Formats: sequence, C-alpha cells, structure tokens
Amino acid sequence: MALLEIQQLSRRFGGLRAVDDVSFSVPEGIIKAVIGPNGAGKTTLFNLIAGNLPLSAGSVSFKEKRISGLKPFQIASKGISRTYQSIKLYLGMTALENVMVGCHTHSSAGFLAGMFNLPWTWKEEKQIREKSMELLSLLDIAEFADTEATSLAFGQQRAVELARALASEPELLLLDEPAAGLNIYETARLAELITKVRDRKITVLLVEHDMSLVMDISEEIVVLSFGRKIAEDTPHAIQTNREVVRIYLGEDDDA
Amino acid sequence: MGLKKYIPIPILLLAVVAIQLTTHYTETPFYLTQLTMSAYYALLVTGLCLVMGYAGQISLGHAGFFAIGGYTSAALTTFNFTPVKDHAVLRFFDKFHLLMTTEDMFGDILLNFHPWAACVIAIIVTIIIAFAIGIPVLKLKGHYLAMATLGFGIIIYRIVLATEFFGEADGISEVPGFNVLPGVSVNGDFDARIQNYYIAWTLVTIGLVLLLNLIHSRVGRALRAIHGAEDAADAMGVDTAGYKLNIFVISAVFASIAGIFLTHYNGGIGPSEAGVMKSVRYVAIVAIGGMASLWGALVMAVGLSFLSLRGMFGSYDDAVFGAILILIMLFAPDGLLRLHYLDKVKRFFRKTEDIS
Repeated sequence: MALLEIQQLSRRFGGLRAVDDVSFSVPEGIIKAVIGPNGAGKTTLFNLIAGNLPLSAGSVSFKEKRISGLKPFQIASKGISRTYQSIKLYLGMTALENVMVGCHTHSSAGFLAGMFNLPWTWKEEKQIREKSMELLSLLDIAEFADTEATSLAFGQQRAVELARALASEPELLLLDEPAAGLNIYETARLAELITKVRDRKITVLLVEHDMSLVMDISEEIVVLSFGRKIAEDTPHAIQTNREVVRIYLGEDDDA
Repeated sequence: MGLKKYIPIPILLLAVVAIQLTTHYTETPFYLTQLTMSAYYALLVTGLCLVMGYAGQISLGHAGFFAIGGYTSAALTTFNFTPVKDHAVLRFFDKFHLLMTTEDMFGDILLNFHPWAACVIAIIVTIIIAFAIGIPVLKLKGHYLAMATLGFGIIIYRIVLATEFFGEADGISEVPGFNVLPGVSVNGDFDARIQNYYIAWTLVTIGLVLLLNLIHSRVGRALRAIHGAEDAADAMGVDTAGYKLNIFVISAVFASIAGIFLTHYNGGIGPSEAGVMKSVRYVAIVAIGGMASLWGALVMAVGLSFLSLRGMFGSYDDAVFGAILILIMLFAPDGLLRLHYLDKVKRFFRKTEDIS
C-alpha cells in the first residue's frame, strides 16, 4: 500500500512550471529519493507535500486521505515530518529544547494547563525531556544538549534537525538534501542513520544531490527535470537510463 | 518539578515588603501611591513581554487594551442606568444581582453595575476585541504588524476621545472603589494606601507566576520556537497562527486587568491612557528589560513608571521613552539587565587586577 500518493501535482510560479504534472507514490517502509539537476523542482515538491506552498493542480494523499490544502501544522500532526535544505533551527533555544519542540504533536498541555502548571503536565514534560535526550544520544550529540543549537557546528546542527524531526515520531520523513555541507565521513554516518530510521518503520523520502548516498541507500528513485518526472525506477536502472544520463551530462540535442 | 523558576518570587515579595517598611519608617508613604500605579503598569508590561520577547510578535496597541478595560469598568460603574432600567438587557443583569444602586450628593438614586460585574464584563469585552483584532492582524509580520496594531491603538484613542459615554477629553471620574473581597477594596483613599500597595503587588505576583509557568511549559517552548523559526515550528505541528492569537489575547487580558484596577485605584481614567505614546512606552520598557526577560521587564516597568509618575522626566516624559527606545535598539538590543553586561564589568575588573 502506498503511504504517500502524489497525483498530477503541479505548481506554477507565474509562467514557470516549477512542478509540472508529477505523479508517483511512496510505498510504506522504503527509502525513496528524488533527484534532479538544480532548479528541477525538488524543494518545491517537498514544500507542496508539507503544505508550505499551495498547489496549482493535482493532489497529495497520505494514508489514502487527501492532505493537500491542509496547513503545515495539520500535515505534521498526521505524521509527516521534515528537515530543511537550509537548516532551520530555533534561534535562542538549546539543542535539547529544539528537539523537545519536535515532541509537540505527541503531547497536549495547552495554554491553561501551562499557566496553572497542572500536575499532569509534569509527567508529560519529563517524558518529552527523556525522549529528546534519547534522540540526541542516538545522533551522538547528547553532550551538546544545553548548547544553543544555532551555535553548533554545521554537521551537528543537521543532527539536531534530524533529531527534532524524529521526535515527532513521523510515519513519513522528508529529508531535503540532508548531506549538503557534510564531509564524506559525516555522509557515510548519515547513510547509516537514514537506514536505521527506515528500520524503525519510518518511511523516508529524500531529495539529494550526493549520488553515491542516493544510490547506496534508496530503494526507488524519482528523477525530475524542469519540473517534470522523467524517470522512476530502482537505483541500478536509473544509472543506466539514457534520458537521466543525458540530463546529468548536460548533453542537449533537442533544444 | 522545575521549582528553580520560582526562586526570584520570594525575593520579589521580600523586596515589596521591605520597600513598604522603608517608606513607613522614613515617613515617606506617599511613594506607595506611585509604586502601586507602577505595579499595574508592570502587570501590562509583563503580559506584553510574552508577546514580544517569547512569541516574537509586536503590539503597539496595548494601551488600547488597557483603556478598553479601564473605560468599560469605569463607564459601567459610574454611568447612571436608571433611565433605561426597564430595558431587557439591564433586567437580565439585575436578575443576577449584578447592578447596585447608590445615592449621589443630591439625593438622586443612581443605578450602576457592581464593580465585580463591570470587571468581568470589561474582561469579556477585551477578549472579544482582542480576538477580532488579532485574527486578521496577526497574519502580518514585523513592521506591518507594528503598523496595524498602531492603527488599532489610534482607533481606540479617537473613540474614547470622541464618545460622550466615555467622557470625551475629560475621561471618566468619580469611579467608585472596587471591593475585591470583603474588607479588601481597590480605591485611592489615603488610609487604604498600604492595603492597595499590597493588592497591586499580589496581582503582579499572581500574574508573574502564571506567565513563568507558561514560559516553562510545552506552550512556552512552542512560542519560542515560533520566534526562533516560524515555518519550522509550523512543520513540527505547532499551530503558529492559533498560538500567536492566544498569547496576544492573554496579554490583552493582562493589560485590561491592569486598566480596570488602576482606574478604580485612581478613581478615574482619561484618554491619555489610551494614547499611542503609552503603547510606545510599554514597548520601550519591554525592550530595555531585554525582550525575552520577564524579570527585566518587571524591574524596568516599575523603575521607569515610578520615575515618570514622580515627574522626574518633567515635560519630556514621552521624549525620554522615545530616546530610550532608540538607544536600546542601537546599543543594547538584548536589554540592559543581561548577564553578559555583568560579565563585561567582571572582565573589566579582572583586567585591572592582572595589570597591577
């Protein structure tokens, strides 16, 4: 059964078709990658799925329910979490606090419970804190728990962002260029992590430029070019796909 | 759990008592009047601090909410409703004993709202207006939001200035005392000065505890996340629009309660309380307190309001607050009471030691 179903999705910016009639599905429990040259519409596609951009046509369904048209926070509470190409951590908050915000969808203390510090919220807070520490440990950054997240090194910031996304216990994790700016060791570690995440029954959809990473870990690949889907296949088949090779080598014979 | 956040509360209470005792033994009890008024302004400022420093939104309209509370309460407790006492609305309130009759100096019977009823109605009115304004306005960001809330403040100011019911330029005077509890009355009588000083500070303390709790809760974390990276907060399931609206309304209620109590304490309210410069002043105080510092906002609100009420700034009152805003934004955008200033001072002394 497909966890995420994208049907004839389009998004225009004025005359530009950033995403043009794209359809594909993400089966449950796999790692799927979206690749394509710069400007192919990958990040736009992510923003459409996560609800950050309204779509021009088509639909996005999650667990057989239409999610397009919902607000980002509603989509998040349905079980889709994400990271950003340009890291977006909360300024002025520690690494631990950043991850704790990730637990938002699975906790419930509201304004009144908070203002009156109701006893039942104490237990919830404790659980949030423990779970967040566990995730920081899982990503080897527990020692930076009380450091302001935005002052960490780049790779560590990526890890905090990933921990935050995992804290929301998503069923689908959207990773927007998770390897950007990482060195080869960090990238290898990331590959290991993503596989570990998948083993936790979390489906992963990632956008990535690093071909070795994509080919290593993903089970299916979608290739976009100028907003259109030009191929969808296994890594091996994609590597030998003539159209894909043509795009990546920049050969241009049909103007 | 997490009792650390309450540590400054007993210190605050000790300071409050110490100041009262000092004024008693130095025979300067007149300071208590301004300290009481400053406390109510501090209540408003701490509420605004949550909107600005934690949720990262700005409001240049909080004097408007202060005025809505003060004016509603003042009008309902002073306006003589006798001519319309058979109206269905008033009969409804009368049924629940929310009205009371008093006799004026000419022996005429006046029909007014009981202060408690007026207080509750004022808060409800504030909540309704805060929602009505907040829903469209909080969609804006940055200086657009500042301008929109400024517009709201100007509207409230012009309404109270032009409405006969609100006393036009004279405002409303002869507002009766507010018997909060039997034997506990908010009024400006000389012999009730000490009592009122403690009423005001009790209210501030309650407000502080509620806000401290909120800051250190799941909601407080979400608010700071909105401040830190709004779309990432949204992506983690935080209903950013709803949270911003709620905190805006809560701070409006704080402003309104401050307005209600101060109006009963002063025995009246005038249009200057609704003025735009008042809103600017509150924003300046939050800024100088360090934006995301409840305690900084409290200390600065009391200190600066006290100096202003004592007339220390003379006729340059508004100019002083304007200047403070400019200087803070230029030289200490984190506020004056930040620890790194202490560090700087420490470092300064350490250096001189090393040299010697």
